[in-house]
Amino acid sequence: MKKSSLFNRIRESRLFLPLGALVLILIFDALYSPGFFKLGILEDPVYGNHLYGNLVDVLNDGAPLMLVAIGMTLVIATGGIDLSVGAVIAISGAMGAVLINPSLGNQLVSNAITAKNATNTPLPIIVLAGLAAGTLCGLWNGFLVTRAKIQPIVATLVLMVAGRGIAQLITNGQIMTIYYTPYFWFGNGFILGLPVSIYIVLAVAILAWVLVRKTSIGLFLESVGINARSSYYSGINEQNVKLFAYTLCGLCGAIAGLILSSYIHSEDANNIGLNYELDAILAVVMGGTSLAGGRFSIFASIIGAIVIWTFTLTVYTLGVPANALLAAKAVLVMVVILLYSEYFRLFLNRLSERRAVRPEVQKGAESGTAN
Amino acid sequence: MAQRIKVFLLGYGPLLTTIVVFILAFLAGGWLYPAMKNPQVFFNLFINGGSLLLVSIGMTLVILTKGIDLSVGGVIAMTTAASAALLRAGVSPFVVMPLMVIMGVVFGFTLGCIIQFLKVQPFIATLMGLFFARGMAYIISLEAVTIRDSFYKSLALTPLHLPFVNAYVYIPTLVGPFMLLVAIYLTYFTRFGRTIYAIGNNEQSAMLMGLPVARTKIAVYSFSGLCSALAGIVFSISLLAGYGQFATGMELDAIASVVIGGTSLFGGIGSVIGTPFGVLINQTIVSILQFNGTLSSWWTRIGVGLLTLIFIGIQSVFYARRKYG
Amino acid sequence: MVDSPNLLSMKGITKSFPGVIALEDVDFSLRKGEVHGLVGENGAGKSTLIKVLTGVEHPDAGSIELEGKLVQVRSPQHSQEIGISTVYQEVNLCTNISVAENIMLGHEPHRFGSIDWKKMNVLATQAMKRLDTDIDVARPLENYSLAIQQMVAIARSLEIASAKILILDEPTSSLDVNETNLLFDVVRKLKDQGHGIIFITHFLDQVYRIADRITVLRNGKLVGTYETASLPRIELIAKMLGRTITELDAVTKSKVEHEQKESGERVLEAKGLGLKGSLEPVDLELGVNEVLGLAGLLGSGRTEVANLLFGIDKPDSGSLTLKGKKIERFSPLESLKNGIALCPEDRKAEGIIGDLTIRENIILALQAHYGWFKFLSPEKQSEIAQKYIQLLGIVTPSPEQLASNLSGGNQQKLILARWLATNPQVLILDEPTRGIDVGAKAEIQKLVLDLADEGKSCVFISSELEEVLRISHRVVVMRDHKKAAEYSGNVDEQTIIQTMAGNL
Repeated sequence: MKKSSLFNRIRESRLFLPLGALVLILIFDALYSPGFFKLGILEDPVYGNHLYGNLVDVLNDGAPLMLVAIGMTLVIATGGIDLSVGAVIAISGAMGAVLINPSLGNQLVSNAITAKNATNTPLPIIVLAGLAAGTLCGLWNGFLVTRAKIQPIVATLVLMVAGRGIAQLITNGQIMTIYYTPYFWFGNGFILGLPVSIYIVLAVAILAWVLVRKTSIGLFLESVGINARSSYYSGINEQNVKLFAYTLCGLCGAIAGLILSSYIHSEDANNIGLNYELDAILAVVMGGTSLAGGRFSIFASIIGAIVIWTFTLTVYTLGVPANALLAAKAVLVMVVILLYSEYFRLFLNRLSERRAVRPEVQKGAESGTAN
Repeated sequence: MAQRIKVFLLGYGPLLTTIVVFILAFLAGGWLYPAMKNPQVFFNLFINGGSLLLVSIGMTLVILTKGIDLSVGGVIAMTTAASAALLRAGVSPFVVMPLMVIMGVVFGFTLGCIIQFLKVQPFIATLMGLFFARGMAYIISLEAVTIRDSFYKSLALTPLHLPFVNAYVYIPTLVGPFMLLVAIYLTYFTRFGRTIYAIGNNEQSAMLMGLPVARTKIAVYSFSGLCSALAGIVFSISLLAGYGQFATGMELDAIASVVIGGTSLFGGIGSVIGTPFGVLINQTIVSILQFNGTLSSWWTRIGVGLLTLIFIGIQSVFYARRKYG
Repeated sequence: MVDSPNLLSMKGITKSFPGVIALEDVDFSLRKGEVHGLVGENGAGKSTLIKVLTGVEHPDAGSIELEGKLVQVRSPQHSQEIGISTVYQEVNLCTNISVAENIMLGHEPHRFGSIDWKKMNVLATQAMKRLDTDIDVARPLENYSLAIQQMVAIARSLEIASAKILILDEPTSSLDVNETNLLFDVVRKLKDQGHGIIFITHFLDQVYRIADRITVLRNGKLVGTYETASLPRIELIAKMLGRTITELDAVTKSKVEHEQKESGERVLEAKGLGLKGSLEPVDLELGVNEVLGLAGLLGSGRTEVANLLFGIDKPDSGSLTLKGKKIERFSPLESLKNGIALCPEDRKAEGIIGDLTIRENIILALQAHYGWFKFLSPEKQSEIAQKYIQLLGIVTPSPEQLASNLSGGNQQKLILARWLATNPQVLILDEPTRGIDVGAKAEIQKLVLDLADEGKSCVFISSELEEVLRISHRVVVMRDHKKAAEYSGNVDEQTIIQTMAGNL
């Protein structure tokens, strides 16, 4: 018997909020910035013919955030958090920039050499090095949380700040401009008309999805996030499950760093990936994953990331700079958290009840244990 | 006798460790760079660490209740930006300063209420507070705003010569030590302070004991907001500017100072007395790096991060042994 | 005997929660200068009664009179204000601050606006001296043993709350003999001073030592209030378990007749297995095709045995051998791999994963065994889930329902299903039929016997003697955290009860 109509099913689905928000923003754009939806084909001598327009930018620019959101989803599912994603981006980008640098070390070289379109190390090694660095960061975080039993917020906060220092160390404090054109392909190239970064995101998303849904890891992640003790009693190795989440998050951050530094052709250890952690948390929260841990959806988080990036882009086109946007985003996160929060609903209920009748003091349905 | 020494060491172990580390660090600096032996260098630690000391004091109380306040850097930035903007608009500094303090208290109060009544975890609420405050700073002004007010300038540039030593400090430098005394009084001589310790140890028990838990927690976050606002005022005087990018990363420095100063992140253990030593160690590292000249300032970040972890480890050793049975 | 007026009089107290009636028309009274013991098994309603008295819960019906005056206890704070104080088993003080502060916090003496530490310490020392305890009140509470901490809690009640009624909730669970004696000395002193003391415990000898009267609760109803002197222990236990003495004599166990397959092969062997503070070293044996019943009152150490066998706790003495091989590593995952399973006692905190579906809950342990990469396909999962839903009669519209939506009894079945799915060699069941309807109980009992027939072994822990006897081949009786006796399955209830009472 078809009881729930399609509309109801959509409304109850976890994707409702992020998709709804996305639709709202796009409608706003359609009304206020007519050029937003323009799509064209650009004949690009370097990268070949490809699509061109704001929507493409959204996907391309938003790719690093989508990647970080994927990793962050898994960490949050276990009931933790990773504040160091921005720093991981900086470190992985730094690895890439430094290894490319044709004049290794502190030698004084002429501009001609540094600006040469060449690399000191083969491209595959560069990519691998960046990814390895990020994965190591994730392992480090995971180790601190699971073995040293440090709270996730503090453990990742340390890397968040110290990590930028490490990135500075790698780049010797310089903002390094990258001239090696093949490196640019990750952030700027196009395959079949669509940006390369999207393919990377898709690949990572599919890989992550396979890893968590086609193996038992996803189930264990959720189980540990909901009730770590019962999970332990059921034989789940919750420490390793958490370690996996943090390590994968580090890897995602590394890939994001690769794309980002490739896209902007440079590596600024201080500013690259700045505030990505806020956006990532917002993306995950929008996607309906609770900050307390438990059920998660990678796909929903990706949509959440798209929402945030579209929001950011819309605000850019209106002329408001990113930094001022920070305050609005913070409020947005709080609102979304509260919307999803049970306590908030109870709180609102109590407020409305107080206006209606003066009820007997309820000790709450929670104290329902009889003994 | 040995028993008494053991009890004393266990009780004050972490604090003693911190003090020893500071002395060693400072002596090491003096040995490596003779220029550091100048007494002014010691007092520079206080001058440069003025803001950090203030936010760390507020942070200590919050961490004692087993909470955390990540918004401190943002509030500093917001305070500097608001101050600069208001001063530029011609508002008197004697109105601006109290106004900033009120703003800090209200901000902390709001966060405290969100944490207590809406049951949002402290780290998430204050993290959003951080981004919100910093965002507000940028909304006030995207670029740095210079402060040209004469009162601020006089505060920034008038040295106070110290007796017995050939050194000086500035007036804003004194705010930190003053608030330290206030905090020591609060934590050791008032019911409010002792309730903080009780809450940090076991919030359930504190409630069952009839203590005003909700009020105290909100007050603690308000106090942290107050300290952050004061730090912001000191900051804006020192740099004679207001800018949204100020004090980035100060959250970790503050937490580090508190942890290194002997206060445990698990709440209920530690003291605000150790916090200034944590700040001094932080500033000593910065000084040593400055005197070195070749190593860069980002070594500070790495060093501070590592030290924090080490001290968390030290604490777990000391505090684990204290548990009875 | 002088008719001392009632300090406290609770009449007709009724309290229910969604799905369960915790208290039904219960009367309770307390005289001045009396120690009144409150006893009952799990689910009897003891702690609900106390929660009503201390204002944590509000009764649906009934009245409370304090010294003849009707009162409504609004909250824990309010109860303290009117003179009712509780000392909990976990003490509920703050261990990081000094003894003096714990006694006086919230009412410290002040001088010139700040805390007068000297005066506080003096007052605190006096308060402790009144309880015959002489300690340095300036040192942090955590430096002192739990026994002293309880004294501090009592001192706080007397100092701050000027308590007329003192409720001691399982105060001796973690105390040794000497500390218990000290506590009782203080209790007697308080009694002489005219305080009324409610003493909740499951240690029956202690009740006999200290209580003037005993109230027995069972299943939320009042069984009766008796003068201690005129209630023999055996009768007390009978009342707690819901039997009359004559019934006990006449009970013939309706044991399901079955043949225990003789194999004699020992599966699990524990020699001197113990953990300090939790379980005295025990020797246990479990054979193939065997159901070993573990009987004993609440708190006698049964769950501790289960936790050690399953690896949740690591023993610090003795050894555990499985099929001849010594078990080296203790953890739930190791036990799972070895084929040992445990259905824990606390299904909410240690069993059910509420936001996961029924299907996921059922296959969880099995999947943990297979590890990360050998994933059970959704079809296989549904198949397994359906199998056990049917086998155990779990009532649910679909396996995709969240586990938290199930009733208590069905949740218990869910956990059982989870472990049955792992095809264990040894199945340890800790109170598996608590909260399950009669029909389902019988099903589970039959299931356990069938498992034994198939060549498995089972450790069956239950407070219900009848079912323990019905399905066990052998019975071990626990008392006071050690093994009191071991009998064959044909033993009668009388004997077991006598063993639990300490008469045998």
